[in-house]
Amino acid sequence: MKSPHKTYTATRNACKLCAPLGASMAYKGIQGCVPIIHGSQGCATYVRRYMISHFREPVDIASSNFSEESTIFGGGPNLKMALTNVGNQYKPHHIGISTTCLSETIGDDVPQIIQEFRKEQPDLSHVGLAHAATPSYCGSHIDGFHHAIVAVIKNLSDKTLKNDKIVLLPGMLSPADYRYLKDVFDFMGQDVILLPDLSESLDNPHWHDYKRIPDGGTTPQELFEIGGSKGFIQFGDVFNRGASANTVSKRKIETPGSVLSDKYQLKGKTVGMPIGINATDRFFEAVLEMSGKQMPERYEKERGRLVDAYTDGHKYVFEKRAVVYGEEDFVIGLTEFLSEIGVEPVLIATGGKSNVFESIIKEKLQTGHQPKIMTGADFEEISEQCKDVNPDFIIGHSKGYYISKQLNVPLIRVGFPIHDRIGGQRVKHIGYEGTHELFDRIVNALLEYKQSNNAIGYKYL
Amino acid sequence: MDILKERKNQVATAASGSPLNLDCGKKSTAGAVSQRACVFCGSRVVLYPITDALHLIHGPVGCAAYTWDIRGSLSSGSEMYRLSFTTDLSENEVVFGGEKKLYKSLIELIDKHQPKAAFVYSTCIVGVIGDDVEAVCRRVSKEKGIDVLPVQSEGFNGTKKDGYKVACEALDKLVGTDNEAQLPDYSINILGDFNLAGELWMLTEYYKKMGVNINATITGDGRVDDIRKAHKASLNVVQCSGAMMHLAKLMKDKYDVPFMKVSYFGIEDMSDALYDVAHFFKSEELFKKAQLLVKEELGTLIPALAKYREALQGKKAAIYVGGAFKAISLVKALRLIGVQTAVVGSQTGNKEDYEVLKELCDEGTIIVDDSNPNELSQFVIQTNSDIFIGGVKERPIAYKLGLGFCDHNHERKEALAGYEGMLNFAKEIYATAMSPVWQFTRHHKMRSSVALDQTPVDSLPNSKE
Repeated sequence: MKSPHKTYTATRNACKLCAPLGASMAYKGIQGCVPIIHGSQGCATYVRRYMISHFREPVDIASSNFSEESTIFGGGPNLKMALTNVGNQYKPHHIGISTTCLSETIGDDVPQIIQEFRKEQPDLSHVGLAHAATPSYCGSHIDGFHHAIVAVIKNLSDKTLKNDKIVLLPGMLSPADYRYLKDVFDFMGQDVILLPDLSESLDNPHWHDYKRIPDGGTTPQELFEIGGSKGFIQFGDVFNRGASANTVSKRKIETPGSVLSDKYQLKGKTVGMPIGINATDRFFEAVLEMSGKQMPERYEKERGRLVDAYTDGHKYVFEKRAVVYGEEDFVIGLTEFLSEIGVEPVLIATGGKSNVFESIIKEKLQTGHQPKIMTGADFEEISEQCKDVNPDFIIGHSKGYYISKQLNVPLIRVGFPIHDRIGGQRVKHIGYEGTHELFDRIVNALLEYKQSNNAIGYKYL
Repeated sequence: MDILKERKNQVATAASGSPLNLDCGKKSTAGAVSQRACVFCGSRVVLYPITDALHLIHGPVGCAAYTWDIRGSLSSGSEMYRLSFTTDLSENEVVFGGEKKLYKSLIELIDKHQPKAAFVYSTCIVGVIGDDVEAVCRRVSKEKGIDVLPVQSEGFNGTKKDGYKVACEALDKLVGTDNEAQLPDYSINILGDFNLAGELWMLTEYYKKMGVNINATITGDGRVDDIRKAHKASLNVVQCSGAMMHLAKLMKDKYDVPFMKVSYFGIEDMSDALYDVAHFFKSEELFKKAQLLVKEELGTLIPALAKYREALQGKKAAIYVGGAFKAISLVKALRLIGVQTAVVGSQTGNKEDYEVLKELCDEGTIIVDDSNPNELSQFVIQTNSDIFIGGVKERPIAYKLGLGFCDHNHERKEALAGYEGMLNFAKEIYATAMSPVWQFTRHHKMRSSVALDQTPVDSLPNSKE
């Protein structure tokens, strides 16, 4: 279905990335896992460069490096060579394969190639292999992220170890967000398996020796405990419903949650991205219910301080007009948060194309205004629509910077990527603490704007 | 030293007397984690700075998203080239063909932006689904009255270097389409400078001061109309030979325009770039003006460099950049500020350039083609290097190991060419080498206390054998 905002056939300044990027990012959150992108050399290198510019960490992603011959006769030999070389060079626990538009379209049968590899390279039989089909013409990076998690559950997890852990599927959030989640569970005394675990692998401390595979990630032991766990909690309202880009085949889209239920009969809860008080409350309720634990005082206090901050800052943000863009689930989380602090999200856009985005957004809005909601949007369309909505600020990743510059309004940098500032991997978004930082940043951006666009030079605001 | 067996002949150590014989110019090894990108990347980076052309990437979204506004190339006019256009093929078009979408996209974008020409980049999938891109380009060209040039840059079809060649072939179709232009004497084209951080403007200023007329700049701050009349120039001055030599050769064959290789990095090479042009025109006047210019520039530059040279004396650098010709200049420029090169390599260098590097570098310098993070990290540790000169992908390797870093790739925002650029380069090397933050990294301490260990690569055991 063509969106009413779609004025051009071409995509102009895309507001999405391709699926192998998301898959590689998810694989980076599995301990000892090296991603391979099965396609041309550029796919791996571009994804590496894009992620390095945000995380400022080494991001090694191998390529099967297609040649003309592989395109004609199949990429099997190249993939097997890549698996062998990565196996020998990196000594990984796992290798996470994601395909590309090229390998998918020529019809490479990756499971078959893996079988051959297993026969030919018995020395590498200890290396686990996960495989996700991620042609970039189906969905976007966020689909790739989830497909890789599905692949990890299917190919690498087990139920051999019965345990009382909760599996948490946070989706595409920052390493700082992942660390927050870890802390919450630690403090509650509830064991958790983060899948993936991006808390360290994409935000490592300084190294004394070069680590071919950065530390951190969901451990092999944890992967074996997944099936025997207590249940799972997953973030996100869009992908977890199986809603994603329309595809020709209309095939059923498996989600990490659906696979955990099918494979291990695990019960799960779905909550939105916990941004803002309401959404974070729902996250804690889910955790408390599943764990049977009490809410620690620490988080009551954290919540209290956030409420206190909301009251201190409420007038600065009331009825301020915001433009929000990014991945669907993340934008839904941001929208609910903005709405609960009195900001009016006047333009809410995503490059994603699920058919549930608009209805979920409408559920989350507290104010009565009618925002423009754009799906399948690109930045030029967002820029064109921005001219009518007269925003006070823009919130999203750094690729929208040029729009904020055109409009001369502040950009609050959140999500991925942040290529024009340092510390993108440390931006917090979720929980009471992340929301608190986000709230302060928004208020302060508005105050700074007011102060610097005013001749008086107020010392108190 | 842990090097994949397929790559063994792509690493060598400089030793006097014997030729280096480095294996190069071949496809990257699968699973090696090459720092190179693909054919599409090669074409895209070369053509990107043509500012008043429409650049449309025919394929799924990734290829366009990752190359949106990627270079630090500046424009003195149109900003259209900084927009990222793609047909963003979806599964539907992959099944039923993308020609219609390509046609519609082109028509709409040309109507809106009124470009002087359009480049249509084919990505991997276009080669597979069999879209007739050339036919669509011909049709649009006819309907809209501008050149619509297909760029056959399917990613799998060779290496990044082949992408340069494909770009040159697209450019070749533009060159020679304006025969009316009358150029003044001493007219040159500048090939292979991409106007990063406005470097091209500094260079053109030097040439203008000498009395040389700049015709087309290909492709930095590039204009379609200038490229059309490029064949009228008397000389092609080619930097970044890997990217642009093919066009220079095509122009030599077709229009008998001679070319020369130059580099604008470092004092020696920059000055030679001016003198060589004066020699070419056999003009005493040009030569004298060049001498005067060089004298003036060095008069301020040399004293300004003294402070950095003194502070940096004895530091060691690792260089890993796109082309080996640039690496040659960097070795010289570093030497000028007291820095020794311990490791030097490139993504796309040729045999000739690697031999020059071997002659130029100190005995024991590691020379490498198409390297990867594993190798590079081993090389810098083994040689106890202090500074890494490379691009964004090498930066975290350097920082994680406690080395300083200077970005000398196409994303940089600092002008490093020319005399002014040499001073910036010295400042940047100084800033990164002398920062007090290294006191907190273990390797720094090791480096200051441990004696130089320069085991030649060849004598090291290879765990893969």
